Amino acid sequence: MNPGPRRPTASPVRAALLVLLALALALAPFYLGAYTLTLLGRVLALGVAAIGIMVVWGRTGILSLGQGLFFGLGGYALAMHLKLAATAKGELPDFMVYNGVETLPWFWIPFASAPFALLMVLVLPAVAAGLVAWLMFRRRITGVYVSIITQALVLAFVTWLNGSQGLTSGTNGITDFQTFLGIDLRGAGVARSLYWVTLLVLAACMAGTVWLLGTHFGRVLTAIRDNENRVRFLGYNPAAFKIAAFAFGGLLSGLSGALYTLHLGTISPAMIGVTFSIELVVWVALGGRNSLLGAVGGLVLGQIAKDKISSAAPDAWLYVMGALFVFVVLALPQGVAGLLTGRRVRPRATQPVQAVQEVNDVVSH
Amino acid sequence: MDPVFLSGQLFTGLSVASLLLLTALGLALSFGLMRVINMAHGEFLMIGGYLTYLAAKMTGPGYLWIAFPLAFLGTALLGALLETLVIRRLYGRPLDTLLATWGISLILQQAARQVFGSTGVPVTAPAWLSGSVTVHGGVLDGLSFPYVRLFVIVLAALVLGVMWWVLTRSRLGMHVRAVNSNREMASALGVNTRRLDLLVFSLGAGIAGVAGVGLALLAPVNPTVGAAYIVNAFLVVVVGGVGSVLGAGVAALLLGFVTALAEGLTSSSLAQAIMLILVVAFLQWKPRGLFPTQSRALEES
Repeated sequence: MNPGPRRPTASPVRAALLVLLALALALAPFYLGAYTLTLLGRVLALGVAAIGIMVVWGRTGILSLGQGLFFGLGGYALAMHLKLAATAKGELPDFMVYNGVETLPWFWIPFASAPFALLMVLVLPAVAAGLVAWLMFRRRITGVYVSIITQALVLAFVTWLNGSQGLTSGTNGITDFQTFLGIDLRGAGVARSLYWVTLLVLAACMAGTVWLLGTHFGRVLTAIRDNENRVRFLGYNPAAFKIAAFAFGGLLSGLSGALYTLHLGTISPAMIGVTFSIELVVWVALGGRNSLLGAVGGLVLGQIAKDKISSAAPDAWLYVMGALFVFVVLALPQGVAGLLTGRRVRPRATQPVQAVQEVNDVVSH
Repeated sequence: MDPVFLSGQLFTGLSVASLLLLTALGLALSFGLMRVINMAHGEFLMIGGYLTYLAAKMTGPGYLWIAFPLAFLGTALLGALLETLVIRRLYGRPLDTLLATWGISLILQQAARQVFGSTGVPVTAPAWLSGSVTVHGGVLDGLSFPYVRLFVIVLAALVLGVMWWVLTRSRLGMHVRAVNSNREMASALGVNTRRLDLLVFSLGAGIAGVAGVGLALLAPVNPTVGAAYIVNAFLVVVVGGVGSVLGAGVAALLLGFVTALAEGLTSSSLAQAIMLILVVAFLQWKPRGLFPTQSRALEES
């Protein structure tokens, strides 16, 4: 029998370490400096997207290089509301005035309502991801095709954003937020509250995902990753499960994008493009795409390292990151988490598939 | 629409398609044969462009005769190095090749930035390529075809012709086709598949380098030029059908024309988006591309 999902409760040491880590994170505002705390909050927001990648890639075996698209949808949904909230009633956002736009574009209008915007932060990315997945998996587009198509889609989205100065503020992105739900975003103590909110959301998403992956649904996802055809032969419709998983990953990405936008106070096409989308995936790979803690930890630590190294030595950073990508793929196919648990997961498409192929050859002769 | 403008757009589209085709050829070969997704392939194009710049700087007006062999051999050698050091260890893990080669592309881009600066370096086309043919009279009165773009189109046609000959008429091509249809069987019959992988990968890199010469003639070369081409080049491969040289040719033309037309009708940023949407729509109709390679395998990665 294959080793099933690991039981986190197996080791008391591990459980104790987790509690310590959670405590250290929860109490961070009391011992971290302002800059470091903002940085930590920001990267924890990205951690939410890492959970989505772990479910979609690590568990279902779909490598999406377009998570930036869903991240951006969530981020822009919130940014549009924040921008309208910062604009006087009856007036247009400043960038529209500069670009000679006379009336508020139709898709901006409902975002004046905070509940609608918050709903859209979740609905828009989930529906978009579901639609993209439906188009792909319905026609059994798999593997690298999915990666290339999702990458192309994020490129299309970013290109459109860049080209639509009057509608989305183009390359400058949406910025200059003031209040959110009546709270002054530049007020004292906001950074601290925002940090705790982010940590809570992240913890809730992790708990929800652990539960989801433990259900029948989660087991079917793993089965699809290991051998989609066998799952199909057993009477399941893998496409439906993959679409659901992909939509879930999109939703988490969107939520992450909204949180990130709140932290940074801005969102722009450059933040969500092809480079960003691939970077997310690679940090998850570094941490361990099959492990929830690995995926989130990889992204969080990777982004912190990026901040530190790129400000200390801007020229060296891309060399470091590039070399790290190559090293991880060559030496740690299951990431750091795989190294720690010592569990070797066989790479896809080796012996079992060949066996199926041979059987198929025999049958068709 | 104005026929002169339309024809001009289509002609520009054709020259862009030529570069796209030369870039996609290497991808189609390594993807089809080895299931390797080489995200650093665009950087071969970039390096070809920089080598052309160096050749133009070091030598006189006849630099093109040096640039071609220099760009081909330089990028082919780099390709061989890459295959030996990294890609060889990742066969059977296509998604991992994608991530690792992305890392390599970051390194190459940064290296280019530090050596040549982040602004583009211009290459002046030799005297015999400057100027253009202009149509006089008729509906296309005033339409002009720059020699440089004509040269790039001819170059692509030439390389495609040579590739077609190599693949269908030479012993090497026979081995490539054999490995493409059944690697184990070809290996059992005495084809050295490892050496073939190395050879084909280097050849693809070399062709991208040659495309870099064309690129340098059309526009200044900058560190991110490869990244700008790579997504479109992959779309060419996907639309054409993985591993199909004919498919890559047809798909490059289609994508080039569609982009050129959309750019003429709307803006260039919307054109890119339209082209990508059309590609996704096309894949609904033909998920495995225009000319899918036949395979009995149940699972394709």
